[in-house]
Amino acid sequence: MLKTYAGSWDAITWIIAFITIAIVVYIIRSFGRKDYRKGEAQKAFFSGEDVLSPEEMHVRASNIYWGFVEAMKGYYAWMRKIHNGIINDYIAWFVGVAAIMFIVFFIQEVIK
Amino acid sequence: MIYNIPFITTAILAVIGLYAVIFKRNLIKIAIGITILESAVNLSLIAIGYRKGGVAPIYTNLPPNVDIPHGMVLPVPQALTLTSIVIGVATLALILAFAMKIYKHYGSLDSHSRRLKE
Amino acid sequence: MNIMLHMPALLIVLPLLAAFVTPLIDKLSRKARNAFVIAIVVIEEIMMLFFAFHIFSGNIAIYTMGSSEPTKLVTEAAVPIRIVLEVDAMSAFMGIISATVAMAAAIYSISFVEESKGKGKFYTLLLIMLAGMIGMEFTGDLFNMFVFLEILSISSCALIAYRNSDGNAVEGAFKYMVVSNIAALLVLFSIALLYSQYDLLNIAALSKVISYTELDKVALVLLVTSFAMKAGSVPMHYWVPDGYSPAPASITAMLVSATQASLYALFRVSFTLYGKVITASYIGVFLIILGLLSMFIGVTMALSQKDIKRLMAYHSVSQTGYMLLGVGIGLYLLNTSDFNTYGIKAMEGGIFHIINNAMYKGLLFLTAGAIFYRLKTRNLNEMGGLAHSMKYTTLFFIIGALAIAGIPPFNGFASKLLIYEAAYRVSPILSIVAMIVSILTLASFVKVFHSAFMGAKIYEVEEAPKSMLIGMAILAAVIIILSIFPGLVVDKIVAPAAHALANWQVYAGGV
Repeated sequence: MLKTYAGSWDAITWIIAFITIAIVVYIIRSFGRKDYRKGEAQKAFFSGEDVLSPEEMHVRASNIYWGFVEAMKGYYAWMRKIHNGIINDYIAWFVGVAAIMFIVFFIQEVIK
Repeated sequence: MIYNIPFITTAILAVIGLYAVIFKRNLIKIAIGITILESAVNLSLIAIGYRKGGVAPIYTNLPPNVDIPHGMVLPVPQALTLTSIVIGVATLALILAFAMKIYKHYGSLDSHSRRLKE
Repeated sequence: MNIMLHMPALLIVLPLLAAFVTPLIDKLSRKARNAFVIAIVVIEEIMMLFFAFHIFSGNIAIYTMGSSEPTKLVTEAAVPIRIVLEVDAMSAFMGIISATVAMAAAIYSISFVEESKGKGKFYTLLLIMLAGMIGMEFTGDLFNMFVFLEILSISSCALIAYRNSDGNAVEGAFKYMVVSNIAALLVLFSIALLYSQYDLLNIAALSKVISYTELDKVALVLLVTSFAMKAGSVPMHYWVPDGYSPAPASITAMLVSATQASLYALFRVSFTLYGKVITASYIGVFLIILGLLSMFIGVTMALSQKDIKRLMAYHSVSQTGYMLLGVGIGLYLLNTSDFNTYGIKAMEGGIFHIINNAMYKGLLFLTAGAIFYRLKTRNLNEMGGLAHSMKYTTLFFIIGALAIAGIPPFNGFASKLLIYEAAYRVSPILSIVAMIVSILTLASFVKVFHSAFMGAKIYEVEEAPKSMLIGMAILAAVIIILSIFPGLVVDKIVAPAAHALANWQVYAGGV
C-alpha cells in the first residue's frame, strides 16, 4: 500500500478489482446472442469497397498522428528549426541558459 | 593588480575558448576551443594555489627561513591541475579521433553539414 | 576483516580492476571472457544489494581511501584531506540502479555484439562505465566526482562510437564528447571557485561552512547548469537523441542510468552541498521550469520521430522532466512548513521515478535493440508484423510501454501519481502538463507498437537470441516487482533516499 499525499495506491487491490470486473464483463457477454452467422457477417463494412489485404492495410509509422502534427504545424516547424543538429548551437544553448541563471541570481544586487 | 593578471587571463582564455566552440564551424577548431577552455580552468586552479613569494611545497627541500606552511604555495590545486591535464589529454585524443572518423565518413569537417537532426 | 566496512571501495574497484583484466582473458578465449564479465556484473549486483540494504537500515558508510583505518578520518588536519567515499541512502539507491542496469546490459550484450569486432574492448569500456557511475554516486569528494564524471563520459563516448562504420555513431559520440567535456570543465571551474574560498573539497565538510558568497552563487549556477546539461534537460537536451540512437542498445540502456548519475550529482549539489543556504534561491523554480520544458518538448518531439531509438531517446528527455519536476518541487518547498506534507511526497515521486525510468527505459531500448538485431534497421516505416515471430520481445515491449505511459497497475503509474498530487498542490498547471505528457507518451508508444509489432507478417525473422531475452527478462522482472509492491519499495528504499537528500545535516554529520 503506497500512501500518496491525498490518498493511496495498491496494485494488488487494483488487479483483483480488474479481474473481478473482467469476469463480470465476460459473464454479461456470454448472455449475448449465439445465433450470428459465421463468415459474411463477421466482415468489416468499408462503404461497399473491397477490404484490402492485411499487408496493404498496415499503416506506416509516418502516417500515424499525421493530423496531430498537421494541427501543430507551426510548433513543429519551430522545433525543427531549433533541433538543427549543429554542435555549436548545443553549446550556445548551454551558455544561454547559464546566462539567464546568472541574470536571475544577480539582478537583485544590481538593483540594490 | 599584478596578482589579478592570472585571473584576467583566465577570463580572457575562457571567453576565447567558448567563442571558438560556439562560432567556429571546423570540428578541429572546436577541439582547439575546448583545449583553450581547459587551459583557462587549469590556469585558474594554479593561480588559486599561488601565494605571494611562496616556494614549492616540498618539505625536505625547503630554502632556509621559510614559514611553514604559509610560505609555501598550496599543493592541492597543483595535484588537481595535473589530474585535469591528464584527463584533458584523453578527451582531446578521443575528440580528435572522432573528428578524423567523421572526416573519413563525410569528407568534411564542417559542423553544419551533419545528418543527425530533429 | 569486516567486509561491509570495505564495501564502498570494493564496489568501485571490482568493475575497475575487472575492466583491465577483461582484455587479457579475451586473448585466452571468447567464452571465458563472457563468463568472466557476467560473473563480475552479477557479483557486483549481489554485493550492491547487500550493501544497499545495510545502508537503508539507517547507516551512512564512510571510507577514507588509502587509510589504515578507513572508517576514521584523518583528524589532525581538522578537515578531511584524503579522498573520502560517503554512501548514504540516496547514493546506495542510485548504486542499485546502475548495477542492475549494467547486469542486464552485459548479459544482453553477449549475443548482441557477437558479430562485431573488438568485443574485449567493448566489455572493458562497459565495466569502466559501471565503475564511473558507481564512483560518481559513492564519492564524497567534489574533485573525485569530476574525475569519475570524466571517466564515465570518456567510456560512454567510446562506446557510442562502437559501431564506427556508421557515420552517425561517430557523429553522436563527437557531439556527446564536446557537450560533456564543456560541462565537466565548468564543473571543475566551480570546484576551483569553492576550493579557493574554503580550502575544502569534501562535500560534507563544505556543506557545513558554505556561506553563499557571490563566488558560491557563480559556482552553484555553473554546477547546476552543467549537470542539468549532462542529465539531458531541455533546452540542453540536443545531444541525447544524437548520442542515444546510434549507440548499441545495451549501451543506450547504460547511458540512461549514466545520465541519471548526473541527475544524482545535480541533486547532491543543490540539496546537500548548498543545503544550508538554499532557502532563498531560485534553483527549485529553475528545476521545475526545466522539468516542464523537458516533459513537453521531449514528448512532442518523440511523437513525430521515425527512428525507433531516437523516439525513445526523446522519451527519456521527457521522463527526466518528471524527475526534475518532482525533486524540483521538493527543493522549492525545502525548509518551509509545506515540505513535510507534500514536498517530501513530490521528492519521493521524483526519486521513485528515477528507478522506474531506468528499468522501463532500459527495457524499451533493449527491445528496440532486439528489433534492430533482427531487421538491421531502426526505421519504423520499414517495420511491421513482428509480434508474429518475436513473441517474447513483444511481451517485454508491452510491459515497458505500459509502465512508461503510467497505466495502472505498473510502476510508472505509482511514481507519477505521487508527483501529480504534490504538483497539483503547488500549482494545478504543473499537474495538467504532466498528465497531458503522460497521455502523449502513451500515444507515441501506441505508434511504435502498431508500426513495429502489429499488422500482417512481413519479415521472416526469428525470436531474439537467448542472452538478449534474459537481459530483457531481468529488467521486466524488476518492473513487475516494483509494480506489485510500490508501497513497500517506497517505504524501504525511496523514502530513506528522499530523506537523505532533504536533510543535509545527516550527510554532513557523517564526516
